[in-house]
Amino acid sequence: MSSDQHHHEESFIQKYIFSVDHKTIGLQYGITSLLFLLFGFGLMMVMRWQLAYPETPVPIVGWLLGETGILLPEIYNSLGAMHGTIMIFLGVVPLAVGAFGNYMVPLQIGAPDMAFPRLNAASYWSYFIGGVIMLSSFFMPEGAARSGWTSYPPLSIFESGQTIWLIGMVFLITSSLLGSMNIIVTIVQLRAPGLSWWRLPLFVWTQFVTSFLLVLAFPPLEAAAILQLMDRVAHTSFFLPSGLVYAGATVDVAGSGSPLLWQHLFWFLAHPEVYVLILPAMGIVGEVLANNTRKPLWGYSSMVYASVFLGFMSFIVWAHHMFLTGMGTAMSAFFQTTTMIISIPSVVILTSFFISLWGGRIRFNTPMLFALSFLPMFGIGGLTGLPLGIGASDIHLHDTYYVIGHFHYVVAPGTIFALFAGIYYWFPKITGRKMSEALGKLHFWPSLIFMNGIFMPMFIQGLAGVSRRMYDGGEIYAHAQDVLQWNEFMSISAFLLGAAQVPFIINILISIFNGEKADRNPWQATTIEWSAPSPPVPHLNFEGDVEVYRGPYEYSVPDAETDFLPQTEK
Amino acid sequence: MQIPYTIEERPETGLNNSKLGIWVFLASEVMLFGGLFSAYVFLRLAAPEGDFAYWGSKLNVPLATLNTLVLISSSVTVIMSWASLKLKDFEKYKLYMGLTLLCATIFLVIKYFEYTSKFHHGYYPSSSNFMAIYFTLTGLHGLHIIGGMIVMTYFWLPAGNKLWHTDPEHFTNRIEIAGLYWHFVDLVWIFLFPILYLL
Ligand code: HEM
Ligand SMILES: [Cu+2]
Repeated sequence: MSSDQHHHEESFIQKYIFSVDHKTIGLQYGITSLLFLLFGFGLMMVMRWQLAYPETPVPIVGWLLGETGILLPEIYNSLGAMHGTIMIFLGVVPLAVGAFGNYMVPLQIGAPDMAFPRLNAASYWSYFIGGVIMLSSFFMPEGAARSGWTSYPPLSIFESGQTIWLIGMVFLITSSLLGSMNIIVTIVQLRAPGLSWWRLPLFVWTQFVTSFLLVLAFPPLEAAAILQLMDRVAHTSFFLPSGLVYAGATVDVAGSGSPLLWQHLFWFLAHPEVYVLILPAMGIVGEVLANNTRKPLWGYSSMVYASVFLGFMSFIVWAHHMFLTGMGTAMSAFFQTTTMIISIPSVVILTSFFISLWGGRIRFNTPMLFALSFLPMFGIGGLTGLPLGIGASDIHLHDTYYVIGHFHYVVAPGTIFALFAGIYYWFPKITGRKMSEALGKLHFWPSLIFMNGIFMPMFIQGLAGVSRRMYDGGEIYAHAQDVLQWNEFMSISAFLLGAAQVPFIINILISIFNGEKADRNPWQATTIEWSAPSPPVPHLNFEGDVEVYRGPYEYSVPDAETDFLPQTEK
Repeated sequence: MQIPYTIEERPETGLNNSKLGIWVFLASEVMLFGGLFSAYVFLRLAAPEGDFAYWGSKLNVPLATLNTLVLISSSVTVIMSWASLKLKDFEKYKLYMGLTLLCATIFLVIKYFEYTSKFHHGYYPSSSNFMAIYFTLTGLHGLHIIGGMIVMTYFWLPAGNKLWHTDPEHFTNRIEIAGLYWHFVDLVWIFLFPILYLL
């Protein structure tokens, strides 16, 4: 796979653009995905303006929306669909798996690189092309997709912008497949001598399970995307029933297809995708908690078993998104049961994290604050999911803002906070400098407050019956009148949340050049990546051979001289 | 820098990296075609009585049978080409790999005639759900054939097979991997043939 010509000078392009070093590729993933997260967040701020101040010109970016500067309904739909798509497929997954997985997995298992360096680069560039295609759709005459990130037919077959969305998705899916194959092979094959499975850090385990989910769940979505593309381009009717009426006229297609087929194929991916969004986050939280409680993780092996079990179960719960489609009570009963079962491993993991705090000598640094707040935030997200997994209560809650509140608690103050924790925690390894603690706290506290300011009222609105994806935020509904006043509060929280990211951006930019210098192990951590220099050696990672002698979290071992015993020390 | 276990096997797993990689890749391919097969089943169950059988009878069974035989032969020749490398007989390798590529080409040519005769009779993907899934499944399978051909042509031509002269073991491994992929593509056809042409 690799070259023997190691000691020659690399050109700028080889080194930074078409690099095959997993660290450079990880950084490329990281920077690109952070920019996409910012962009997806920006789309949402425009939507929140409309919801708070309906049909008034949007400040700052209004000129992009046409002469009046008012957000039009079609564009609102586009922004919503693209917010969801960008946040998931171009933001969180590439950051959690592409960036953290790529950078940290080889380091944490003591390997010189990923198993297939060139495939790794191909996966990044496929992601990049997919991203460019998605972005360019805003400038196409048809506009960006507007059928939601779920792209339900029949609407998605007729609405404009969808074809380019599907093509973009094919690239993103390909990228994920290549990347996750690579991670699986790397973990199985390239563990350093002595690093048995039960000595792997929790983060590596979660990346392992996540990669299996990506490898096995994405292809059915690819299949579904191909079928939808056929429906749009070759006028087949996979998803179109006979006698369908659209825009006042009967649609002229062969018919006898089924919109439910799409929903089954889509959710067969999209439920495991939820665990793709959350598992790496749990892995990061595990690393940070162990390090800052100075204690071994409580229930490490149960958490590993729970993650693997979660992975298996996530393939047989998908139709809990479809209770209201009339698929039948037997189906509903089955998926309701599996959904209740899958909540158990999540509870096991969360409980183990909480117990891990017990009796620890906790250091409240920025990564730890983010990791700690992950616990209650993910807890709220998870618990509010239970009523959605039970058919009877879902009838009331389905497609309301309650759902939006529920899954955002999981992915925004949950996953995003864990990813922030990871950035603060591993920044010294990547750059050789620490991030500022003061700015970090200035980032953390407002973020925590405003996240809750946005998402908590969504439960109130949703319980009152306000539907999601509404251009007017529910204004025309009588039953929504009592809860509409929350819209402005939520939107202002969203804008302030945006402002709270400024210290983070400044912190990164300043710390790269002027941060406090960090040695190879600034957090006194045990896992293997901390025995490499900061930053690790290009194309090699470690200076010599890596040998592993102990488990991942040997903190505060009685009778030891220090309160931590690195995995690589005898 | 050399990535460990690129060529030699890791003792505990008994696999080198590419071998494990191709198995994981094929698992994802199983899910891809599995998704489409389940779509086929779903649509068939939902279709009016006899609809799939009616449209299925428009397909050309003798040509497809011939194509099945052609693909099975190519699976045999691709193994022979790998075995020749194991026996260090490079000329035989070239011969068998060439035969494999020939079979693949014959398959595509026959497929081309099948497609054009369908269009000629006015049968398009939009004609019925059966035709839709027929064209989608065989089209995707055809793309897999073309993908395999590109890779194998590269290993057949001097540009790709010069690795044999510097690192024969590595080259033999690559042919083995390509062969595994090729068997998978054949296997997909073995499923497609009965469900589309015979049922
Ligand atoms: C923290 C900043 C975020 C805010 C303020 C926010 C806000 C919103 C709001 C208000 C909606 C509902 C729009 C509507 O129904 O009309 C929405 C939808 C959505 N959001 Fe977010 N979100 C944020 C972060 C995220 C993240 C991190 C993800 C994913 C990882 C995400 C994924 C989605 C998805 C999938 C939808 C549904 C889109 C659709 O209806 O098709 N969001 N978001
Ligand atoms: Cu789900």
